[in-house]
Amino acid sequence: MSTPVKVAILGTGNIGTDLLMKLRAVDEIEVALFAGIDPASAGLARAAQLGVPVSHAGLEAILADDEVRIVFDATSAYAHREAAPRLQAAGKVAVDLTPAAVGPLVVPAVNLEEHAAAPNVNLITCGGQATIPIVAAINDAAPLAYAEMVSTIASLSAGPGTRKNIDEFTFTTARAIERVGGAQEGKAIMVLNPADPPILMRNTLYAVPAAGTLDEAAVRASIDARVAEVAAYVPGYRCKSVVVDEQDTRWGRVPVVIALLEVEGAGDFLPAYAGNLDIMTAAACRIGRRIAAELSPAAPSPTTEVPA
Amino acid sequence: MSPKPKAPLVCDTTLRDGSHPMRHTYTAEQVEAVVRALDRAGVEMIEVAHGDGLGGSSLQYGMSAVDELDLIARAAETAERARIAVLLIPGIGTRVTLKAAAERGARAVRIATHCTEADVSEQHFAAAKALGMEAIGFLMMSHMLEPAALAEQAGLMAGFGADAIYIVDSAGALVPAGARERVAALRDVTGDVGFHAHNNLGLAIGNTVAAIEAGAARVDGCLRGLGAGAGNAATELLAATLDRMGYDTPLDTFALSDAAEHVVLPFMPFQPFPDRESLAIGYAGVYSTFLLHAKRHGERLGLDPRDILVELGNRKAVAGQEDWIVDVAEDLARAAAATGAPSA
Repeated sequence: MSTPVKVAILGTGNIGTDLLMKLRAVDEIEVALFAGIDPASAGLARAAQLGVPVSHAGLEAILADDEVRIVFDATSAYAHREAAPRLQAAGKVAVDLTPAAVGPLVVPAVNLEEHAAAPNVNLITCGGQATIPIVAAINDAAPLAYAEMVSTIASLSAGPGTRKNIDEFTFTTARAIERVGGAQEGKAIMVLNPADPPILMRNTLYAVPAAGTLDEAAVRASIDARVAEVAAYVPGYRCKSVVVDEQDTRWGRVPVVIALLEVEGAGDFLPAYAGNLDIMTAAACRIGRRIAAELSPAAPSPTTEVPA
Repeated sequence: MSPKPKAPLVCDTTLRDGSHPMRHTYTAEQVEAVVRALDRAGVEMIEVAHGDGLGGSSLQYGMSAVDELDLIARAAETAERARIAVLLIPGIGTRVTLKAAAERGARAVRIATHCTEADVSEQHFAAAKALGMEAIGFLMMSHMLEPAALAEQAGLMAGFGADAIYIVDSAGALVPAGARERVAALRDVTGDVGFHAHNNLGLAIGNTVAAIEAGAARVDGCLRGLGAGAGNAATELLAATLDRMGYDTPLDTFALSDAAEHVVLPFMPFQPFPDRESLAIGYAGVYSTFLLHAKRHGERLGLDPRDILVELGNRKAVAGQEDWIVDVAEDLARAAAATGAPSA
């Protein structure tokens, strides 16, 4: 095989560290730099112990390294808005795990091929990664007038960034349900649950097909196929039940497709209950592999699927 | 003879908590009639919103028949003295919906989080203050947290600028001693503590009295107790009780009982009461709004709604997790099918 593509991770917190563990297992990628801005960060020390080159000079260290082709940003939306133009000017592809949404919104199981050559891609939100594949799957079988997701995550897995910016979760996810999932109207709700032991990340999708378009068997088959596609890069992704329930809605009493989804984290670094964080790092890893294939000298044609 | 002490502020939430038993079907005409009656009877604060607060109209909680912003506007136009309040649950409502409510005349907002998650409310308190609104913290499912820990969470809200902070017994699971201890603990953090009761164990008025005796400065009621689960403390009963406790209250007990009887009773779909399901909610300590959803899915799958509610309590479901009712009901139905046992 060809030389691995060199990448950097910006942000040495839980997400950055979990992503590091995942990327280290990928043959076609080499983590050439793990960079943050806090020299005392536990993540930095852990990465150094593993023999990964580290820096506390943050973005500047990454920009100074000409060999780095892909940069995974696990900092904050504010920081990424500052970093994005500089990364692009330096010719580095940005995979953005923050809610900044500078580049196109990408869900691997829906629209990765479309944006494989983009200079900057955004991962939306954890709830978006979990539900939008199913929005798209249902929408393929029965065009959706409306889709609504409810994400319930363990309190312990909601970091300060999420907590201070919970509105951004709802705005970004709702917009992506429309733009990426294809529903005419999207809505997002987030609930934090502090139960001990912590709950696994749960996502419920409610979907209203356009009048008279619901073919239940076709919808179920489409969902099953898409769940398998997501599970190929997020091993703990499952659909517990699909229920079709008549409900009173703005469109009258109509059948609503309810999909109950669960994400168990892989436990690479973060605990298994933090499926919300795992699905982000797993999606970033999947996107990174596709971009690496695009950048690699022996690049397959853009339509060729990277072997899983 | 010394003058009577000033009564705690009574906020009537018939038009918000009552949205649950009404299945979110309030009309502008109903809102106008209720607000007019409450305003004339001396109620100083009236909450109007979807039962799950701004932005609550959804398949998860039930879609509103009339846009809540239109209802808020009608309420604000009708009220001559009372301030119109709204509810905002971060994760459901956003600062965008809050601004829209303020533009329609809402002057106060109750910002509600699960009792352990106060730190998600910072941006909403900031937004409320920027809009010039009175901002009130609302710690839901307060029975799940011990008084000292609850006071810590209240401290966070106080730090975000809360003008007052409520202990919200969303499950109607507290008994008077629990209400009293929690009010006492919060008084170390804020001078303005509120109490919101549910009647699932038949203790809505009793717990409210205990909270007042412990120093609560605000309490909630609904006409005829029209709220989630077994309903809330009835506003007309609160008026009579405060009067008999020796407080100087602006509330007119008979005008409120007329409003309960002639305005609210005619459109009520049922009288909230600690029936077997609501009692199970209080006993299991789950969110009162789960009542109708658990009944519906129990009926759909041939299950006893109480089994669903108790299992939700075992799984430590919190406010807003109506989707878990579907999940639990499906799990129970699968388990019943597997054992071949009759499910209800």
